[in-house]
Amino acid sequence: MSHQTVAIPAQQPSGAPGWKSWLTLNNRFVPPLFITLILLLGEFTYGILESYQKTLLAIGTAILVEMILARIFVGKWPHVASAYITGISVGILLRSPAYWPYAVCAAIAITSKYVLRYKGRHLWNPSNFGICVVLFLLPASVAMLSIQWGNNMWSLLVIWLLGSVIIWRLRRFHITATYVASFLVLAVLRAWIIHQPVLAEISPITGPEYQLFIFFMITDPKTTVRSRKGQCVVAFLVAVLEMLFRFDQSVYAELYALFWVGPIAMLIEIWLDGRRKKQESTAVLVPSSGLVHP
Amino acid sequence: MKRGPIARLFLILFFAGLIATPVVMTRVSARNKTAAAHFDANSVLSRYGFYFQEVSRQAGINFVHQAPSLDPQLAPIMPEVASMGASVSIVDYDQDGWSDIYVTNSREGSKNALYHNNHDGTFTDIAPQLGIANLNEPGTGVSMGAVWGDYDNDGYPDLFLIKWGRPELFHNDHGHGFTRVSEQAGFPKWINANTAVWFDYDGDGLLDLFVGGYYNENIDLWHLKTTKIMPDSFEYAKNGGRKYLFHNLGNGKFEEVSAKLGINSRRWSLASGAADLSGTGHPDLFIANDYGVSELYVNDGKRFHEEGEQSGVGFSPKSGMNVAFGDIFNQGKYSVYVSNISEDGILIQGNNLWVPKEGISSDAPQYENMARDLGVELGGWSFGAQFGDFNNDGNLDLFLTNGYISLDRNRSYWYDFAKVAGGNSTIIGDANNWPAFDGRSLSGYQQKRVWINDGAGKFEDVAQAVGIKDVHDGRSVAVGDLWNQGVLDVVVANQNGPVLIYKNTVDPQNKWIEFQLEGTKSNRSAIGAEVSLFWNGQQQIQEVSGGSGFAAQNDLRLHFGLGKNPQIEKAVIRWPSGQIQTLDNLAPNQLYKVKEQQ
Repeated sequence: MSHQTVAIPAQQPSGAPGWKSWLTLNNRFVPPLFITLILLLGEFTYGILESYQKTLLAIGTAILVEMILARIFVGKWPHVASAYITGISVGILLRSPAYWPYAVCAAIAITSKYVLRYKGRHLWNPSNFGICVVLFLLPASVAMLSIQWGNNMWSLLVIWLLGSVIIWRLRRFHITATYVASFLVLAVLRAWIIHQPVLAEISPITGPEYQLFIFFMITDPKTTVRSRKGQCVVAFLVAVLEMLFRFDQSVYAELYALFWVGPIAMLIEIWLDGRRKKQESTAVLVPSSGLVHP
Repeated sequence: MKRGPIARLFLILFFAGLIATPVVMTRVSARNKTAAAHFDANSVLSRYGFYFQEVSRQAGINFVHQAPSLDPQLAPIMPEVASMGASVSIVDYDQDGWSDIYVTNSREGSKNALYHNNHDGTFTDIAPQLGIANLNEPGTGVSMGAVWGDYDNDGYPDLFLIKWGRPELFHNDHGHGFTRVSEQAGFPKWINANTAVWFDYDGDGLLDLFVGGYYNENIDLWHLKTTKIMPDSFEYAKNGGRKYLFHNLGNGKFEEVSAKLGINSRRWSLASGAADLSGTGHPDLFIANDYGVSELYVNDGKRFHEEGEQSGVGFSPKSGMNVAFGDIFNQGKYSVYVSNISEDGILIQGNNLWVPKEGISSDAPQYENMARDLGVELGGWSFGAQFGDFNNDGNLDLFLTNGYISLDRNRSYWYDFAKVAGGNSTIIGDANNWPAFDGRSLSGYQQKRVWINDGAGKFEDVAQAVGIKDVHDGRSVAVGDLWNQGVLDVVVANQNGPVLIYKNTVDPQNKWIEFQLEGTKSNRSAIGAEVSLFWNGQQQIQEVSGGSGFAAQNDLRLHFGLGKNPQIEKAVIRWPSGQIQTLDNLAPNQLYKVKEQQ
């Protein structure tokens, strides 16, 4: 997850009293609060955490690295909400008997924001990048939260409803909806192609890993394209690439799909932005050349 | 980004270092494993003090387990739903002073085997002659395990057969045959169980029996009315089989008292063990559950209290498949080993080594998981494990077998497994929603573990070096001194595979002592009796067990390694009756037969 895991409107509604701004969810504490709520619900009902210490280690590392790097490279103390979300995501999603992968994963995630940049924008969702890297490079010591949560319908519904409401208010619901719809359609297609039960193909999206994925990772405003239409296209392409990974029996197909589609989409957008700006600057120069439309 | 190129360069180097960390750690770990695998077999004895040789063929044991074949509706996932049934128990059924071996089979119509010890290094299957071979007849269910205990105190251990089907009790007719007494005992018509343990929970001198259900007891796995028989959660399932506690009434009959005494659970039990963990003098009951948390039933002498969460063992849900007790620090307290699943990059549950906490005053014992600290956490898809001092150095080691389903080496079912197991309860709970296995493996062909205890808080895996190289789908492990040579041998029962006999050779400089106990006021098998051995300024406790590990039972004789030049101070026996008996003037390299004082 990035600086803001879910979209945060640029401005507070003018004249809205403080408590209303909380209710309207227009503040950057909402995403951290939401993910903390998920964590607490999961922990107290199911004991989802590997350990409190490991989760705290991931959170602490993420915040510490963020503060150091922001101070050095941005020149000011950062708002720690995004680092908190990255750390808590690593703490929830990562599974390892050792402590150090939590610290390394959180540090990789945060540092990637400062290193893997192009034209002033970082390309990867930090926690997606960090988790994918440790899964690629350290399969013997880490796994991801996938089947280690409850399979209960009610907890699923609560998180989906709450997440949908928040995402809706933050004007990112179209991304989640596009992805979920694409996943479901492609799940049916997959089942038909590989002759497996439809519910088996739908099953992953009912699991806990996806709840974090669809509400936090793919909606990250810092690492998604800006246009609404483009966001929907990217969400769809993530689902399509995920399907291809699933044909290859990749357990973490959705993460790997986002790992590839996200940065490519960002690069294309940056390239298109650059071309547009170039055209605009060319257009500004046009009067002096005398080639002006009426 | 405000900083200049030098700061940027440092940032990039820092980032590269972070990325390299997992790679370096992986290589270091791989190098350590490689180094362990390259030891010369000839130097093993001097280095580790022991080695194993697989001698089943020479010993005349050629038993190959066959898995059950359940209702055709389960055919697509048959390897998974029929993945258990191989079991082993070591018992001296005829009381001739030599340990015999009983192994179960699970295909309908297949036969179990009782390997009589011929005293010359060979064994002969005499189960057919004694009437305990043909116990998997269609309509009666199939065998999942066996535990032995002298329920009528006639001096000969009787056989309780754990089944997915009709539970069976066989009376041992003084070693000359067995008589089926299941109906007289009053057992239910059908239990889908994988674990049972004999223990005298009320100290009345009569062995009682705990049986832990796995599948719901209303399910006939050969004639399914529904395919909704699977766990409703991978880690929080409570739709498994019920638990039974059969109180021995002393007249050949048993009364089911589980609910009355506080045992109410429908978790999917796979292993159980009884020992006095709370120090009250009454045996407590530890249950390892698949698809959920472990349970610890503390026995206050009148009833049981489930203290799993309070004690620390019952909070994080895993896939419990083993319960073994061992005094690994030689401090007179049991640690508990529970096996779980670890698969690289997919599911790292890690096994649990529950070590009692020091300095805690509480009614229930308090535990912390020290499996990682001690180096016994990762064992693949772990199943049966047993503690035993394999090199007679005075410290309890740990033998673990593993491997779930070994079919096509190049194709894995893990993707489909993870896909469904993480889904909603309505999906995971219906066998129809599980993709077909289609010949794929699931954590198959795994290397076993033999962790030797250095006595200073570390275990080292030496399996490959000491001759444990099989990669069968191990289920059940039992240990005992099969050749009466003062060492612990190991028998492993493999699913769809052979029974393996690992004969142990130990450095003769390391001494040992063994105890064969017989109760008088206590149950005659002395199950539950605890021996505290004091030597060289240290103490180790061991207990006569009515079942431990996974679907297994060790030899009822207790074996202690003593190391070199031992000075034995005494042995203190605490009998299930509560009586304390102290033995002085003990010498090493001796088997002591001890009868409870009247």
